[in-house]
Amino acid sequence: MTVTAPPAPVDAVPTGRRRPGRRRASRVNAGQSRYGYIFVSGYTLLLLAFGLLPTLYAIYLAFTRNGAFVGVDNFVRVFNDYRFLPAVAHVALYIVYWLVSLIVLVVILAIVVHAIRVRWLGNTARFLFYIPGAIAGASSVLLWLFVLDPTVSPVSALLKGMGYESLVNVVAVDNLPVVFTVIAFWAGAGGWIVIMYGALNNISADIMEAARIDGANAIQTAWHIQLPMLTKWISYMGIMSLAAGTQLFVEPKILAQATKNVVPEDYSLNQLAYLYAFRQGDFSGSAAISLILLVVALGLSAVFIFRGKLFERD
Amino acid sequence: MTVVAAAAAGLLVLSGCAPTASGGGEGRYGFTEAEQVPDSEITVWVDASREPAVTAFQEAYPDIPVKLETYDGNAGGSGSFQSKITLMDQAGEGWPDVVFSTQQNDAIWASKQTLNGEQGFAAPLNKGFLDQDFLDGFAPGSLDYATIDGTVYGLRNDLAQTVFFYNQTLLDQFGYEVPTTWEEYGALGDKLAAEHPGYILGSMGDSFMTYVYYGGSESPVFQSPETAVFHSDTSDANAEGISKIIDGMLANGTLVQDSFFSAEFAAKYADKLVGVPGPVWYTGAIFQGGLATPAGQIGVAPPLSWEGGDVAAGNVGGGQWYASSHSKNLDAVKTFLEFVTSADEFQVEASSGYPAYTPAAEKWLDKQAEAAYFVNDDFKTVMSDAAAQVWDGWNVTSWSPETAWAKVVIPGIAAGETVESLLPAWQEELENEATVNGYTVK
Repeated sequence: MTVTAPPAPVDAVPTGRRRPGRRRASRVNAGQSRYGYIFVSGYTLLLLAFGLLPTLYAIYLAFTRNGAFVGVDNFVRVFNDYRFLPAVAHVALYIVYWLVSLIVLVVILAIVVHAIRVRWLGNTARFLFYIPGAIAGASSVLLWLFVLDPTVSPVSALLKGMGYESLVNVVAVDNLPVVFTVIAFWAGAGGWIVIMYGALNNISADIMEAARIDGANAIQTAWHIQLPMLTKWISYMGIMSLAAGTQLFVEPKILAQATKNVVPEDYSLNQLAYLYAFRQGDFSGSAAISLILLVVALGLSAVFIFRGKLFERD
Repeated sequence: MTVVAAAAAGLLVLSGCAPTASGGGEGRYGFTEAEQVPDSEITVWVDASREPAVTAFQEAYPDIPVKLETYDGNAGGSGSFQSKITLMDQAGEGWPDVVFSTQQNDAIWASKQTLNGEQGFAAPLNKGFLDQDFLDGFAPGSLDYATIDGTVYGLRNDLAQTVFFYNQTLLDQFGYEVPTTWEEYGALGDKLAAEHPGYILGSMGDSFMTYVYYGGSESPVFQSPETAVFHSDTSDANAEGISKIIDGMLANGTLVQDSFFSAEFAAKYADKLVGVPGPVWYTGAIFQGGLATPAGQIGVAPPLSWEGGDVAAGNVGGGQWYASSHSKNLDAVKTFLEFVTSADEFQVEASSGYPAYTPAAEKWLDKQAEAAYFVNDDFKTVMSDAAAQVWDGWNVTSWSPETAWAKVVIPGIAAGETVESLLPAWQEELENEATVNGYTVK
């Protein structure tokens, strides 16, 4: 079994010397490979304890009720819940907004920053993009509470210009996918821009120079060279963001609390799962929702993996 | 281990062969006690407004270690009390010893055994844990919301009957009379909007307005005629009538949409509030608190009624104190509960509301009289009469009526829709919530 190393831009484009290099590596002493196992063991243990075992437990819960096997009863109950379909729609809409804006804007911004020749300017731009990512999830939402409330917001003129007079107007249910997209983009895009930048750095200078000599301008280079060579990284970003997006919870939960449930406490699927478990004491129903989420996220991830050729070697 | 032990002990009690007062003395107070650890620290959950209760207790009893934890107090029916406790039930440990909740609906779930066999969170209080003499000190009926099948599970912090507050100074200045009916209230809105625009008669920005306007107008919106049955009829004449009045006043600007507790409200309307129906705790929480209205301006009139109808008051929370059945230091819990509900240091000196504990209530009323806060001398009678006039057609269920209002009506009116047009959607949301909570809609 080969353990896939966590992707890092430096390994993205293998060199021609890679093959012999690997063969030599496989011959290296057992000591080195033992270190390899030691390094991944921590992760593997955590994956088992907090990833795999809870998943198995959720599968068990989803098909049983108070210990007795009930087939798909829990799923039927959840599907018939009046809160289920709206929650699906809310999350789906958010994911579409979030993934499209993330992929388009992050790639454009990374290429633009990469194209900046002035060293300090490029560094500063990357640093600025990255800063919001350093603020952890819940606290960044608290910060946004102030930004979104026209009575205290630093951009209240903008909000009022858009016709929003109060926080209740801004966080109306129809606006929430956009609101959450903006929050998620602000908090998460910077890290991806830095990763994309690394991937761009990794494109061989020879190729870039060849393109330039052939007369390609910046846009042509981006479209025909950089973008195709970034595909893997874009799919990787897609999968990670998809996984995070389907689990939408902290943002609506805090907004619900702050607006005293004007943002409904059953807005997203994860919130609904939470209500099932901790309000209704129905852990089986909660597990059923989690399992539905898992299946959908796996399915969508598969699209990214195969369309993005993520597991193919160059 | 402890879960198994507790469950086993629970089964023993159920099967009627509980060992009598051995060791921990199970069943001494009508529930299975945890093993007691004398002088151990007690954890208390309160909302920000009840922090002074804990501070006062710590001053009075410096020897009892108390760990104060602040949470949202379940405001707006957030349900955080229940969700946190459910998590602890699942873990079988970590429960707080005392919890304050602003809602009245918690006893229904807190009294029940959990799905995995833990005993209900709330400790029965009138089965020997607290003295009957002490419990008798609470205003008649004030413990009803937390009483299930004769067992008291929570102590009422303060009474929350609605009355009509008015600003005598402004009424004199404008030459208006205090309204006594909902119709007069609506008409006053029209007159005020026309003659003195900018002055207001209340706000619809908080979800507890559902109790003030619909409970107070005898609208059969939130009823549970029998256990696990829910009934709502927003098309009733009273509900339609009050909705039309609200819509008219929202349209003419005499009802606003800022929350009473927002900084905005105090900044904009501190000297613009001509009159408002609301619970007696507005005294401390709104007038003496946020708005800082000086003494000698505000008067208290009986709750509004329909023309020709009976006087009926709404009830807006009032708060409950719960003791944990899992507490390891019940002695300290008892001392704490008795202190926060009856001692002058909190209920008379620091609490914003009208104490539910009668001797404290009398002193609180005396304190307001001494400060000459209210302009009318009969404010004591008005307030205590209203306490007995709370409409019994608005019931307590296992969830809060506030969430449906917050989800449907508040965003709706913010988007410019009328309350009347939102009534069917509101009722649908209420009925859906009832179904989810295991109630039959009739």
